Amino acid sequence: MSVALVWLALLMGAATYPWRVIPLLAPGIDRLPPTVREYLRLVGPAMLATLAAVSLAVAVDPTSRARSLHVGPEWLAVAACVVLVAARRGLLLGLIVAAGLIAGLRALNLA
Amino acid sequence: MDVLTSRRRLIVDGVGMSASAVGFGLVYGLSCRAAGFSPLEAGAMSTFVFAGASQFAAVGYVAGGFSWLGVVLLTAFINARHFLYSAALAPYLVNRPRVERALMAHVLTDESFALAIAHFRRIGRGDAFGYWWAAVAVVFIPWNLATLAGVLIGGAIPDPSLFGLDVIFPAAMAGLAVGLISGRREVVAALAGAVVGVALALAVDPAAGLIAGGLLGPILAMAAVRRPSPADELSLRPAPGKAPPE
Repeated sequence: MSVALVWLALLMGAATYPWRVIPLLAPGIDRLPPTVREYLRLVGPAMLATLAAVSLAVAVDPTSRARSLHVGPEWLAVAACVVLVAARRGLLLGLIVAAGLIAGLRALNLA
Repeated sequence: MDVLTSRRRLIVDGVGMSASAVGFGLVYGLSCRAAGFSPLEAGAMSTFVFAGASQFAAVGYVAGGFSWLGVVLLTAFINARHFLYSAALAPYLVNRPRVERALMAHVLTDESFALAIAHFRRIGRGDAFGYWWAAVAVVFIPWNLATLAGVLIGGAIPDPSLFGLDVIFPAAMAGLAVGLISGRREVVAALAGAVVGVALALAVDPAAGLIAGGLLGPILAMAAVRRPSPADELSLRPAPGKAPPE
């Protein structure tokens, strides 16, 4: 069994770990100025919305790596999940509805 | 919200996220198998890197004959957004031992950040149990088991997109973002981040879009939405003995 890429995995992990650990171990992170604390408070909604939007709206061709705007029924599924969460019906129900909607549309060749 | 109620919600929300981790993990394992990775190599990627987007990219780069240096540099670029996650979570976890925080850092991902920050905001403080649950039970274990299943079983596994599992990740991120919104500033931060992120993802690269959206969304929100001054807040409060305006 080949093990050569285990070393690459370790190097990739070493390249990722500093991003993850430096702020968590930074001294004085709890004594930041109010403006910085407010900025960090807003990172959560900004980052999650960005993750959702990019993974939903940007299609990347696996071979050419070309990027294009994707508009499709997945938007409807995500919107349904957002509406259910906003109506305090819970994230799990929203995810089930979103996945079920897309699975149904794909089964009917509509997505 | 009290801690136990919020933990229950975290656990229920995590069920859907686990399904997403399993779906993506299976596809990742299949990609590794197709690219000629051994089960040990695929498992090492999921254990030591534990960052889906960069792992998928690495499969393509290795299969395409990229140098290891190039793969490592691209991994650092793709995963730079974890710095923002770590910075946003750090004030909540500052009271945990340094060794524990160093271990927590390794399992910090998009999903664990999303679940943990929502949980911490609900209870108004950090909760180590909540973080470990989100990071390990919801993501790390399902992701690693699914990777091994994908690379070992291969074509016997049906395409997860048939079950709509590919839509769970954006739906979960959007749903958890909605849960974090408590005012106009959060709305503007979320919308600005999404617009900037998609624009840069299309123009440059998805990883650049993610970093830019997370960095610039809060700045634009703070610039666009003025915080109510103490005087404004006082004027909004009803006078003693008077009902608030309808």
